[in-house]
Amino acid sequence: MNQVGLTTRGAPSTALASPVAVTCGGLTKRFGGKDGVLAVNGLDLDVPAGSVFGLLGPNGAGKTTTLRLLAGLARPTGGTITIDDRPVTADDAARRGIGVLDQDPRYYGWMTGRELVELAGKLQGLSPSEARSGATDTLSRVGLADAARRRVGAYSGGMRQRLGIAQALVAAPRLLILDEPVSSLDPAGRRDLLELIAELRASATVIFSTHVLADVERICDRVGIMDQGRLVIEGPLDDLLAHYALPLYRIEAEPGQEAGVATLAARLRGTPWVDRVTEEAGGRLLVSVSDEAAASDGLLPLVVAAGVRLTVFERVRPTLEDVFLRLVGAAPAGGATA
Amino acid sequence: MTGTRVLLGKELLESWRTYRLPVVAGLFLFVGLTSPLLARFLPEIIKAAAGDQIPTIPIPPPVAASAVDQVWKNLAQFGAFAAIILAMGAVATERDRGTAAFILSKAVSRGAFLTAKIVVIGWVLALAVILAVVVAWIYTAILFEPMPVVGWAAMAALAWLGLAAWAALTFLGSTVTGSAAAAAGLGFIALLVLSIVGAIPSVGPFTPSGLAAPAIALATGVSVEAADIITPVVATIVLIALALGAAAWSFRHQEL
Repeated sequence: MNQVGLTTRGAPSTALASPVAVTCGGLTKRFGGKDGVLAVNGLDLDVPAGSVFGLLGPNGAGKTTTLRLLAGLARPTGGTITIDDRPVTADDAARRGIGVLDQDPRYYGWMTGRELVELAGKLQGLSPSEARSGATDTLSRVGLADAARRRVGAYSGGMRQRLGIAQALVAAPRLLILDEPVSSLDPAGRRDLLELIAELRASATVIFSTHVLADVERICDRVGIMDQGRLVIEGPLDDLLAHYALPLYRIEAEPGQEAGVATLAARLRGTPWVDRVTEEAGGRLLVSVSDEAAASDGLLPLVVAAGVRLTVFERVRPTLEDVFLRLVGAAPAGGATA
Repeated sequence: MTGTRVLLGKELLESWRTYRLPVVAGLFLFVGLTSPLLARFLPEIIKAAAGDQIPTIPIPPPVAASAVDQVWKNLAQFGAFAAIILAMGAVATERDRGTAAFILSKAVSRGAFLTAKIVVIGWVLALAVILAVVVAWIYTAILFEPMPVVGWAAMAALAWLGLAAWAALTFLGSTVTGSAAAAAGLGFIALLVLSIVGAIPSVGPFTPSGLAAPAIALATGVSVEAADIITPVVATIVLIALALGAAAWSFRHQEL
């Protein structure tokens, strides 16, 4: 079995009745008939109510297809999706409490931003006055208040993405499905919208995909890593880091010792308890180790023996990137095992 | 169907903002203005252009019935083009641009999405046909004589029904192929094939082309047997229903 499910479940950050839990059972999507591409392969996934869930994976892992299946925009070849124990079907009422942002959002260029958000609100069941006030509020929250009367056709990519967030939020959804929600934004915009998404955990369940692992570490309670249509691992972020991130050491040499650093890196790569050595510019090494005790005793003597003069030798906190690369980077064809 | 009312408003606004409604209305207004004028002055234009080169060809004097013929002919031709152009991108363009996914990720049924589109195409055509027929009636009254209002209203209704058939067939193409160009091609092929088939006397009444004879007769004040109207009307309604039913079935099974 390729999926490694952590047993510890992250509890919702607040006791809420309104956010919804999402469950996928054996979810499968094949494109192009029987011999076509298997985009999602028997996905089993539980997203607790009130959590911010980050869906990660390399290109072609099946993240976007999974999110489109959850949003009802694609039909599963097999398996089930339930939202609060209700099966997701083509039933339009089932989508009433769901806000969706597509990976490459395209909207009506002839509408103003305000009109588009109001339309989204009305289509989600808001009255015209509710849609108006909702549009005012959400456009302001995503920083588009000043551009609200401008035609969407004149919006930049970043503005379109902000608009996408606004239209997804306008009806105060209980479930938000966001595909690469901050990919077109500048650093300040990315920070603001990530904070906005993080705030939503009080009122909604958020599932979003991204390639930027730092974004996930910043706001997610739980993480799922997909590869080749399968869920490689899923669980609370801290548990993933504790279980799957190997101890990591950072070594920085004084300037002009590149040759010594290269020799040291080669020597470390031949050491049994060293899992991976990453060489960075400026004579820096990142060393992940599979045996913490052996590394404590043996790493520094190896450095000293190599004659490298150090400015930094420290143990650093492993990141989600380390988990990701370990699980997905080394994944065999059928999916990774942790 | 959930969302139909909201989507109707959106489609109407889109028709206005993207100039579809004003352009089609302008085209039909032109048809309404020029058809009686052409009927009235075409013989004189031909005479003036040809001079004494065709002295032996008799040109009948223009009458009000000529205006009716001209109005119907122009409505059927220009109107068919307008109907095909209006419907060709209705679904295909929205799918292609990704805006269909935006709408259908909301609490909106696919039926409502299609219904709003075809209804507004029908409204735009209806408004345009009414505009053309009213203007043509006034010009005909000025240039010839007042014609029966009820008969012209019936002609307008039958013209609209015929145009709705071309729009529905093109709409089916737009939904099934996902390409506006392919949809237009299918619409024109359907127009061509059904017009040729409609020219066969025994089959004509069972096609939209069969609407012409009763429409022209009613507009000129000639009485028409009920069966001569009911047959092409029912046949055209059935054709529209089949096209829209097939479009709905196809769209329900499509990925966005």
